[in-house]
Amino acid sequence: MATTLTPAPPATTGRALRRTRTRRQKGPRTAGFWTYAALVAFLLGSLFPIYWSLIVASHDNEAIGKVPPVLTPGGHLFENIARVFDTTAFGQALANSFLVSGTVTVSVVLFSTLAGFAFAKLRFRGRKGLLVAAIATTTVPHQLGIIPLYILMGELGWTGRIEAVIVPGLVTAFGVFFMTQYLTGAVPDELLEAGRMDGCTTIRLFWHVVLPAARPAAAVLGLFTFMQAWNDFFWPLVVLTPENPTVQVALSTLASGYTTDFALVLTGTVIATIPMVVVFTLLGRQIIGGIMSGAIKG
Amino acid sequence: MTPVTPRPRRRLAYTLDVKGSPYLYISPFFLLFGALGLFPLLYTAYVSLTDWNLLETTRQWVGFDNYAELLADDYFWNALFNTVSIWLLSTIPQLLVALAVAHMLNRSLRAKTFFRMGVLLPNVTSIVAVTIIFAQLFGRDFGMVNWLLGAVGLDPIDWQAGTLSSHIAISVIVIWRWTGYNALIYLAAMQAVPEHVYEAATIDGAGQWTQFWKITIPMLRPTIIFTAVVSTIGGFQIIAEPLLFQAGTGNPTGGSDRQFQTVGLYLYEQGFGLYEFGYASAIAWTLCLVIVVMALVNFSITRRIKSG
Repeated sequence: MATTLTPAPPATTGRALRRTRTRRQKGPRTAGFWTYAALVAFLLGSLFPIYWSLIVASHDNEAIGKVPPVLTPGGHLFENIARVFDTTAFGQALANSFLVSGTVTVSVVLFSTLAGFAFAKLRFRGRKGLLVAAIATTTVPHQLGIIPLYILMGELGWTGRIEAVIVPGLVTAFGVFFMTQYLTGAVPDELLEAGRMDGCTTIRLFWHVVLPAARPAAAVLGLFTFMQAWNDFFWPLVVLTPENPTVQVALSTLASGYTTDFALVLTGTVIATIPMVVVFTLLGRQIIGGIMSGAIKG
Repeated sequence: MTPVTPRPRRRLAYTLDVKGSPYLYISPFFLLFGALGLFPLLYTAYVSLTDWNLLETTRQWVGFDNYAELLADDYFWNALFNTVSIWLLSTIPQLLVALAVAHMLNRSLRAKTFFRMGVLLPNVTSIVAVTIIFAQLFGRDFGMVNWLLGAVGLDPIDWQAGTLSSHIAISVIVIWRWTGYNALIYLAAMQAVPEHVYEAATIDGAGQWTQFWKITIPMLRPTIIFTAVVSTIGGFQIIAEPLLFQAGTGNPTGGSDRQFQTVGLYLYEQGFGLYEFGYASAIAWTLCLVIVVMALVNFSITRRIKSG
């Protein structure tokens, strides 16, 4: 392997720091008390419903009607969790959701990187047209095809089975677009050329040059895909049954069956939300970077 | 790219690799997408021209009858009205608040990452969970919202029962979940505005407010167009929120008087409540058409920002 990587440009922390400092001195660009107050208020509003679900989930139902409302956690959380697993197929649902989200994530990242590499770095007839076609499909409303998809799943005998949720999610046009954008800038053409001179086949270039370079973007795409698959609701609701659900479907069953048992239902929401909040707490920085990098903007 | 010509006996393999293999790499996407994305889309058009009921196993060509029926269907117009109403009530405040939040996040802040993460948190929660939580908060008897109204001396509201009240409640869910996400997109665009533009404006004596309206907003025009179009596409397809807001029944009617049934929910009711596949497909295509028209309208409205 040729190693003609140009060194990264020196970090410009010094200059950036100076700029921040001048900005601070200017005054109006610095956040004042009211900015912090407004942001904190916005943040509390963002957190409250999630916190509230935890409150309800950790009490019994008697606590819910209390005036003024109880605002501290109680001691019934584990009891409520046990009840959730007793009343619905929640264990099955969790296993299904992990299986769906995991498979879909691996597949989307792999196929998107492959296609993104071809679109970004290889020259072939019809490249532009095919790329535009792929991107155009991201704007099409998904619900448009849901009925034929359901008919198709019936023909395949997949109705009610988890394949029906996994297979349509294996590729996304967004993923292809995202990786194409990233790889265009991340892999220097000279590096690929050098690899070719050394007799590398295209697939070896992909494996040894492109995949390592794609890692940061692949991580972001993987995170987004996982969260999206985990939270996906409408199609699983249509094609799955309450006996073999994903978490979101199980949650909706829980909510529609036991109207007054708020403690039970909101415990379900807590269980369904925990994996997302954990992922977000650990990797939120990358997610924000992904949204703000502009690639996510479309 | 001008690679060195390889030895003759390997030329064929080389040509195949360079000219042919790209198709191999894009084929998983196009094959899977074609079979499970594109084909269903086109097939919907065919199904919409038939009378196709899964339960009665009828399947017969009826031409544009479904569309004619749809245009005379009061439930459809009701659903379209609800969709537009909820979309307006949710999108306009959402984008305005997102602009304000982005503007605040664009100041030099302490704990920048913390604030950005906090703002985005609602977006990673599931619609199902959030709608269930909000349905509880907006509950008639034990809801926190009504308790707060009572605390300031107002009468409790039966949020589910009224048209406007249910639309507001559903919009709050959408706003809560998407404002932070849009704020981050605006923030990214704001950071691309060169600092010296603001500095020059400050020297010229332009205040904060003037700078925001005369510099930030016009500079953000492409991003605002983008978010407006995206929230049109998303907002018109809303299903899960109205479906789950009607707590307890699991009914796709969107309230006892269909006061918050959206077009997407009506599609669901026809397609998977009654299994009227032909009629539901006609709804799907009509909805798609509505979305395209509304996205174009939005595009032309937001495009005027600069001149306005």
